Amino acid sequence: MHPYLWSLLGGLLIGAATWILVAGLGRVAGISGIAANAMFSPRESGWRFAFLLGLIVGGALFAFAFNRISPSIAPKGLLIVAGLLVGFGTVIGSGCTSGHGVCGLARLSMRSLISVVSFMAVGAVTVAVLRWMQGA
Amino acid sequence: MAQEKQRLLVAFSSGLVFAAGLVLGGMTDPKKVQGFLDVGGIASGRWDASLAFVMGGALLVSYFAFRSVAASGAPWLASRFELPTRRDIDTPLVVGAVMFGAGWGLAGYCPGPALASLAFGGVDVALFVAAMLAGMALAKGWQSRG
Repeated sequence: MHPYLWSLLGGLLIGAATWILVAGLGRVAGISGIAANAMFSPRESGWRFAFLLGLIVGGALFAFAFNRISPSIAPKGLLIVAGLLVGFGTVIGSGCTSGHGVCGLARLSMRSLISVVSFMAVGAVTVAVLRWMQGA
Repeated sequence: MAQEKQRLLVAFSSGLVFAAGLVLGGMTDPKKVQGFLDVGGIASGRWDASLAFVMGGALLVSYFAFRSVAASGAPWLASRFELPTRRDIDTPLVVGAVMFGAGWGLAGYCPGPALASLAFGGVDVALFVAAMLAGMALAKGWQSRG
């Protein structure tokens, strides 16, 4: 199967997961929000931990079953800087690729559109700078 | 409480299906993610459009998901929908997205794929996730400053 068809299938599954969560619990599947509130919010979080457990278990299950064990490609120092930026940025920016990029855009939210355009543009510039520094 | 167990099972299932989508769609491969963000490679044919297909598929289904639930009265296992309501465009929204985009480009991981890779990604993914959680804690602290 062509990689783009796999990606389309993956997208449809992500949409199905979003459907399950909103139809079942009435919540958006925004992963940064689920993770941040599960760990650092006094609110009732049983369902958040259950979702995260499914995400972690499912990730391993499907990666092994379909031989999709992809390695990280950044050096450790860069991974730490990137992780801090992603964690801090998604909390103050109210979401990430799932919350803004899927749920927010699907709900035609202007906040999400502005977020997606901003993080995609900055992501593209960042990769361009990385490539330039690596001399590619 | 039977309903609480059902709620946890539904949330777990959603996470499981979400992970299947991320893995099969290629989102847990940082090289593919950077390949998509590498728009400078469009002209030379080096660009990897995979992520656009992931987003397209996800948006197609979730658009109808939110439309259909908007027409229904309440979720199966909760008294009401708790969907985001804010509509204001403020500075933290944009600054946060800029920081997130920079981190996403540097590592090739956003929160979902990083967590879905946690059990097989070794020390590298564990470091990223630990730093991400630290960043979240810092931001929560900064938000609740007096």
